[in-house]
Amino acid sequence: MMDGDIRTNTYDDGSTDARTGEQKIRNFNINFGPQHPAAHGVLRLVLELDGEICERCDPHIGLLHRGTEKLMESRTYLQNLPYFDRLDYVGTMNQEHAWCLAIEKMTGTTVPRRAQLIRVLYCEIGRILNHLLNVTTQAMDVGALTPPLWGFEEREKLMIFYERASGARLHAAYFRPGGVHQDLPPDLIEDIDSWAKAFPAILADIDGLLTENRIFKQRNADIGVVSETDALDWAFSGVMVRGSGMAWDLRRAQPYECYDEFAFQIPVGKNGDCYDRYLCRMEEMLQSIHIIHQACEKLRNEPGEVMARGKITPPARGDMKTSMEALIHHFKLYTEGFHVPEGEIYVAVEAPKGEFGVYLVADGTNKPYRVKLRAPGFAHLQAMDYLCKGHQLADVSAILGSLDIVFGEVDR
Amino acid sequence: MDDQSLRELAEYLAEKQPDAMLGHHISFGQLTVEIAASRAPDFIEFLKTDRTCAFSSLVDITAVDHPNRDKRFDLVWHFLSMYQNHRIRVKAQVREDDVVPSIIGVHPSANWYEREVFDMFGILFSGHPDLRRLLTDYGFRGHPLRKDFPTTGYTEVRYDDVLKRVVYEPVKLVQEYRQFDFMSPWEGADYILPGDEKAEEKAK
Repeated sequence: MMDGDIRTNTYDDGSTDARTGEQKIRNFNINFGPQHPAAHGVLRLVLELDGEICERCDPHIGLLHRGTEKLMESRTYLQNLPYFDRLDYVGTMNQEHAWCLAIEKMTGTTVPRRAQLIRVLYCEIGRILNHLLNVTTQAMDVGALTPPLWGFEEREKLMIFYERASGARLHAAYFRPGGVHQDLPPDLIEDIDSWAKAFPAILADIDGLLTENRIFKQRNADIGVVSETDALDWAFSGVMVRGSGMAWDLRRAQPYECYDEFAFQIPVGKNGDCYDRYLCRMEEMLQSIHIIHQACEKLRNEPGEVMARGKITPPARGDMKTSMEALIHHFKLYTEGFHVPEGEIYVAVEAPKGEFGVYLVADGTNKPYRVKLRAPGFAHLQAMDYLCKGHQLADVSAILGSLDIVFGEVDR
Repeated sequence: MDDQSLRELAEYLAEKQPDAMLGHHISFGQLTVEIAASRAPDFIEFLKTDRTCAFSSLVDITAVDHPNRDKRFDLVWHFLSMYQNHRIRVKAQVREDDVVPSIIGVHPSANWYEREVFDMFGILFSGHPDLRRLLTDYGFRGHPLRKDFPTTGYTEVRYDDVLKRVVYEPVKLVQEYRQFDFMSPWEGADYILPGDEKAEEKAK
């Protein structure tokens, strides 16, 4: 008799296995990660398995903890901006956006119209970048290899748009308090627009690969079901609530920048499972394309400044050549930095993964007194135990894929 | 959300929960309510279940360290109502040795947030089922986000090729950690020259 065999076997001669009382079945504990390709970075999951059923799932995070919040307390407001690129390194500009909005709100700065349009344009590019990564790698988690290869080709093109605007493909540091760093050249706007015209066809290709694919459906439909109450209890945001049928989108509910003048729709899921969340993300990419077209059209017709001129922004390059005050201002801005009046504020944006928020406590000096970064992935990941309980081991990676986790923001 | 409706909400809360609420203020179009930390679960339960408030989801729990205050920490909860479309910030002052009741019973999502606050600030929560460290290393000592914790930390790790394992050592900085002070003496910075401490007293 095999160890661990709980059947009572009967043999030819009529004898049966004698129960010695020593057989004991215990659950099996395994480590999932930190070096597992489906762990999306450095996640260590301690899984307790009963056969192939997941009984308990304990995520150990913090392997990518860099102490961003502590570091930010000893740097000026402007020096802190690049840290936001390094949180969720897939939708970088959306997070810079939250930081800029917090500072602008506290200092009472109005952002020039053209800068607002550029911000909206690049936030939507960031959203597509993120969703392309998530949708295709989720497909990889459940066994398909082609989608990431197709999706990453488009991501490459988008990162070149990042590069042409800011000089960097990932860590852009392009949004600055008071506007954006530099204006977009006209041909870049045309290129983005023509890319956006071609992209729906490519999205349709990915859609053709996945949406009706039998394996993809079997692995995702009815897996990781999130009901409305679950979504509220576990503080979900973004696609995680929209997949469960709640039309909640901060761009619409609490509009920031100039999102209120753009026409777009909010896709909503029905069942709240991994498959619905996938469908939501696919549709959101199409809606982002609509916004990109509108933003390009507006940018063509509305030239102007991209930086509010004032204390928190650098002087124009030309002024520095002729004006002593401008030169002093430039020097003081990049050494001392600007001051933010005393107070506290919480600003949230609809990042591709959900609600990304910044809680900023300022004490009137040139450095923040305390910053708390509210990352959507943190809240989503802590529900892993709840979502995985009773699912099969193979579903763990499907659920993890649809939660859209990036460790930069979870660990901070 | 305009200030008028926030003021109404604050008055409503003050009327319904007079014992828990210590004060409120509105700044930058955001409502902050101060409560006593010991009353947190009841108050937050009320925020969640009351129809007018309906603060259905917990956005964030964090703390702010003010080392020279008697009640050292500000514990801060953020809530969002997806039904009423408004937000609220709840604050409570906490002593270093105070134990704050956990709100896990009201919002299960408080679990990791409270673990993080414990990890980073050392504030203890009673009734939390699993108050382990969350973000820092296994076996880490100290609470990094306290103001008296140095940014460089106390220990550093490296892989030792001789011992064939990771070793922990006290931090050795090749160059002293430099905290540049660029504050303009004309704006904000209040420098007292060494030996000149009494000048100001004399002026008074």
